[in-house]
Amino acid sequence: MKLNTYRKPLIALAAGSLVATLAACGGGAQPSGSASGDSDDGGSTASGPASAWALTGGSEAVFQTQFDDWNAAHPDSPIEVEWFANDAYKEKIRTAVGSGNAPTLIFSWAGGTLADYVRNGAVADITDEVAPLLENIIPSVAANGQIDGKTYAVPNNQVQPVILYYNKEVFEEAGVELPTTYEELLDVVATLSDQGVIPISLAGASVWPELMYIQYLTDRIGGPEVFQAVLDGEADAWSDPAITEALTKIQELVDAGAFGDGFGSTVADGGADTALVWTGKAAMVLQGGWVYPDFLNNAPEFVEGGSLGYANFPAVDGGTGDPANIVGNPANFWSVSTSSSAEAQESATNFLVDNNLSDEAVDEFLSVGTVPPLLGLEDKIAASDDAEYLTFVYDMVKDAPHFQLSWDQALPPAQAQELLSNLSQIFLGEITPEQFVENMNATL
Amino acid sequence: MSTVTTEPGVATARRPAPGRGKGSRGGPSFWFATPALAFFGLFALVPLVGVVVLSLMNWDGLGTPTWAGLDNWIRTFQDPVTRNAFVLTLQLTALSWLIQAPISLLLGVFMAGRQRYRALLSVLYFLPLLFSAAAVAIAYKSLLDPNFGIGSALGADWLSRDWLGDPDLAFFVVVWVIAWSFIPFHSLLYQSGVRQIPLSMYEAARLDGASTVRQFLSITLPQLKYTIITSSTLMIVGSLTYFDLIFVLTNGGPGNATRVLPLDMYLKGFRSYDMGGASVVAVILVFLGLTISLLLNRLSGAHRMESQMEGV
Repeated sequence: MKLNTYRKPLIALAAGSLVATLAACGGGAQPSGSASGDSDDGGSTASGPASAWALTGGSEAVFQTQFDDWNAAHPDSPIEVEWFANDAYKEKIRTAVGSGNAPTLIFSWAGGTLADYVRNGAVADITDEVAPLLENIIPSVAANGQIDGKTYAVPNNQVQPVILYYNKEVFEEAGVELPTTYEELLDVVATLSDQGVIPISLAGASVWPELMYIQYLTDRIGGPEVFQAVLDGEADAWSDPAITEALTKIQELVDAGAFGDGFGSTVADGGADTALVWTGKAAMVLQGGWVYPDFLNNAPEFVEGGSLGYANFPAVDGGTGDPANIVGNPANFWSVSTSSSAEAQESATNFLVDNNLSDEAVDEFLSVGTVPPLLGLEDKIAASDDAEYLTFVYDMVKDAPHFQLSWDQALPPAQAQELLSNLSQIFLGEITPEQFVENMNATL
Repeated sequence: MSTVTTEPGVATARRPAPGRGKGSRGGPSFWFATPALAFFGLFALVPLVGVVVLSLMNWDGLGTPTWAGLDNWIRTFQDPVTRNAFVLTLQLTALSWLIQAPISLLLGVFMAGRQRYRALLSVLYFLPLLFSAAAVAIAYKSLLDPNFGIGSALGADWLSRDWLGDPDLAFFVVVWVIAWSFIPFHSLLYQSGVRQIPLSMYEAARLDGASTVRQFLSITLPQLKYTIITSSTLMIVGSLTYFDLIFVLTNGGPGNATRVLPLDMYLKGFRSYDMGGASVVAVILVFLGLTISLLLNRLSGAHRMESQMEGV
């Protein structure tokens, strides 16, 4: 058979590549070829100039101004910026950090990922350098960039609490009032769905918006300690009755038609969930503060006409959590990579002290309807175009006894994926709260 | 004179030829294959071996991989999500083949006709092949949106269902969209296959009084044997590894309703950063794909590549 003549060289080739791969693994280098291929500056970061990777959209314009200012003032130590879309960035940064090719300034959501970075010595301890910057930052926000009392990351953009946005016109037409407790919420849901309006718009296809319900309900019922136990990895921490009750209430809401029939195919990225609210098809949406600029851009008349209402999540009768607690993303953060050269790290930390959240940046954030996590902004906010909404957000964050980082960011990635997958099944009614608790306890 | 001097020269030039051995008897030298083999080795075998090694290690994308032995394999085989993905993949493969194969065969035969209107229709059928999977997925996602999709645009309530959000529906929607994207390609294969069947066979059959259906069953189908095998292999191995369209369309959701193996591999690797577990799924996929295409090849006898033109 002809095959035999070819087989020998093939075996030799296979054996050779095995040796090559093993050698690569042994050196602690990247075993998979995919990661190293796409970063050109990879080899040169150790001696090259400082670099930063940031996200497009959102605060892109503000970051761009900051980097332009820095580069104009420091022509001999410029910072090169590359821009990425959200999901693409999250995948790329992990492999870049893992292979020692990280940019000098690493954009992050703090939480479990930052803890991973710190454990692997990938980000620098910048406690002393950024101390002057931290004095002005709201402590509950700054705390997310600190691990064991040391600062590894500093906030770089606006606070992003999860807010209940609602359409005042729809509420008026239906003759209902804004619910302040979960029980009132159920009544409002019943009235609205009788009238053919989707009571709450939910982007279930994206899954992460579903987290906001379990986060708020668990906090309202049992307080922040419940999830803290999960974070601390205590055995059976998910078995806390507050979590089971929160899950039961979620399924109660789904069964009551609170999210309509089509929430499973609504996607958050395109803004379909907020569009349902300003088009009057839905009455409420529970979303992060980052959607407010979307409301402003897509439906300026709706917002300026005063039809957009906003409130904190309702309380739960008998719950022990403070109804002023909030969940969401305290902010995004910059960390400094240890794989960069000493000069690059120095430029990056100087940039953080001088340009990050500077006065000009604050003005820009306020002008697009977002609030940076700084103390003493009351006067600036009062003078802004959007004073009423921005004051609401600012007070909400400033007065919150506890600001819970989104669970999917706070947990290590593997547990976070398990959580999203199980939660989505809770919303679909495919598993019971007891099965959820069992599945999640298995990840601890 | 001259003949005497040239004669031995020719002889010496010829002599080594038979002595070069077994290699030259079967065709061109083995070295002709080296460029292709080098590429194959570098971009297929090396990563493959890397994945097998990685499947025996724990690695979260950061830090250094640590040896795990068979732990990842045991964990993956016990993981209900991966088991579910395995079943879904087999269902997707079977269903895709059952839907795509007959439709593309019939369309291909239809398109092989020389009529002008058929040529026009062929161009239209061909269109989905020109769109990238991501574009198709995004377009379908928008069209099937229950609130802002085609249903509400046309005012057709029966179209405004929760197509991609209902776990019972989403899987079939995915199968349908995949069929929509791939039937044109397979029709094209069948069209060219049908056009290669000698017309004399049909003429002979018509003289014997065979009906159109009889001609299709007795001439077209048997003559298309190798086209059917090629197309089916592509369909089956393709569905096993199908990723991009599902990733954009549903991202494995709702719940785990469309989380097929390739998606499971991706989500494990690049969302949970469980590179070991993801590599296990990758090795399983490679093994499944190779086994199935090899089996198809053996069972169908295509590896013998007998001519079907005997007697024509």
